[in-house]
Amino acid sequence: MIRNNNELFTKYRRIATGIRKKIVKMHAISNTSHIGSALSCVDILAGLYFSILRIDPKNPNYKNRDRFILSKGHAASALYATLAQRGFFSEEILEQYCIDGGKLSGHSTKACVPGVEASTGSLGHGLSIGIGMALAAKYDASKYRVFVLLSDGECDEGSVWEAAMFASHHKLDNLIAIIDYNKIQAFGRTKEVLNLEPFVDKWKAFGWEVKEIDGHDFQEILHVLKGIPFKEGKPSIAIAHTVKGKGISFMEDEVLWHYKSPNKEQLEIALRELSSL
Amino acid sequence: MREAFITTLTELARENENIFLLTGDLGFSVFEKFRGEFPGRFFNIGVAEANMASIAAGLALSGKTAFIYSIVPFVTMRCFEQITNDICYQNLNVKIIGVGGGLCYGSAGPTHHSITDIAVMRALPNMTVICPGDPIETELAVKSSVTHQGPIYIRLGKGHDPQIYCRPPRFKIGEAVVLEEGRDVTLIATGNMLPVAKDAAEKLKEYGLGVRLISMHTVKPIDEKSILKAGRETKAIFTIEEHSLVGGLGSAAAEIIAESNFKVFFKKIALPNVFVKDLGSQDYLREKNDLSAGKIAAKVLMAFKENAISR
Repeated sequence: MIRNNNELFTKYRRIATGIRKKIVKMHAISNTSHIGSALSCVDILAGLYFSILRIDPKNPNYKNRDRFILSKGHAASALYATLAQRGFFSEEILEQYCIDGGKLSGHSTKACVPGVEASTGSLGHGLSIGIGMALAAKYDASKYRVFVLLSDGECDEGSVWEAAMFASHHKLDNLIAIIDYNKIQAFGRTKEVLNLEPFVDKWKAFGWEVKEIDGHDFQEILHVLKGIPFKEGKPSIAIAHTVKGKGISFMEDEVLWHYKSPNKEQLEIALRELSSL
Repeated sequence: MREAFITTLTELARENENIFLLTGDLGFSVFEKFRGEFPGRFFNIGVAEANMASIAAGLALSGKTAFIYSIVPFVTMRCFEQITNDICYQNLNVKIIGVGGGLCYGSAGPTHHSITDIAVMRALPNMTVICPGDPIETELAVKSSVTHQGPIYIRLGKGHDPQIYCRPPRFKIGEAVVLEEGRDVTLIATGNMLPVAKDAAEKLKEYGLGVRLISMHTVKPIDEKSILKAGRETKAIFTIEEHSLVGGLGSAAAEIIAESNFKVFFKKIALPNVFVKDLGSQDYLREKNDLSAGKIAAKVLMAFKENAISR
């Protein structure tokens, strides 16, 4: 059993590595920011799209599919790469990321490719959009669930807390928030810019059922997200502890890689590091 | 207009199960019937308009038609970016209902006035802007909004607005209603200034002027044809709105006229681009700001007297 689980987690790690390789190439080609933000949520996305979400890449708009909203829309490269890896569209389309006349913009855009449920980019919108979808699901007596991935810095936005209050008041247990808590935002560490702690207590006080996970450990990601709702009648939130720039040694936990994109040499090193995983 | 809105929406909701109504904690003594009849499709979001606008977008992404409601500044400017990105950018079926257009909430002060809303809503891609002139136009606008694909901002008066029409006019979004066909001067009014404009027209007729009275209920897309026709067939055009001189009906009409090939006398009658700090009722503030029927008529007559317009 344990051996099987290990094999399973190796499979997910391989998938995540594949996604990371795509991401570093996309940022190198387009010379664009936010690679660190994209790399920190790859394992969460891999867990969702390859195990948790009830979706069908061949029928991306089927009525009762689970919905996923990337509220931290600046990590769009991670979402596009995951969708391509999952078979929603051809990998060649990833070459269209943030280039002149391209197809994939730097913030996730609905309908630019199959599988993107909402256009995001401005922070603090996704959780409320997810609430609207969750209310519609309840009204229609549909079983689909709505997952929203937020960044930590995003929680500086007041609208996140308007949404948090509403979701628990209305007992939206078909709504699941995940926070990519990499502890670095645009201009510094979250604890220095605007401290979120005690973060778990805040969400609890807002009426959510909270679990903390290691956002790079597939055993934890899958185990916890399989158990939703964490509690009947309450919205669930997984606060995922992550590392910005995860997977590339020189990008990890560095504010600088919120902005920089890899040059040719850095790309080679990054790909080599990922291949050795 | 508020009563006409909710009565119409309640009727529509009986036929159309996709209609949802969200409010930012307003509508006391107005929305109870809707809530009672459709409890699953009514949400008091609380005093949280940003959340309300994005929730409406989420509902619309799930195939619903969501109406969001509050006093004009809160349902337009408080959540402007949510309207821009979540509703307009994604071109969703969210209908924004603003109550208290212009100086309806006169004595409440500038926080509750709406003198810039038409300008900012008009600037948004995909947005349609409708300012009904009376309860009948309100009913027709709400009905049309449900079949229209995409976002609409509907700017209402308050309660007990006078009724202008004896029977419903032909109503189409983007098509003005010509109430009177004069040949001397055209008055183009929008929203709750329609009754005032009608009174002004009556006064002008007493002076022997042939007045064309147009209700420009849709400010965006504006009815270019009716403006150009008035420019060709009458000697002067005055636009009348309870909104700032900047960016509203007058600006929209001016944009059409400036790019046309003919010269017609044109004047915007609107509020100055200042916060209205005088305290008082809507009627009092209209009088103070030269937006009463008498002051408007006088302004038109003055233009003729000064020979700015040839008779």
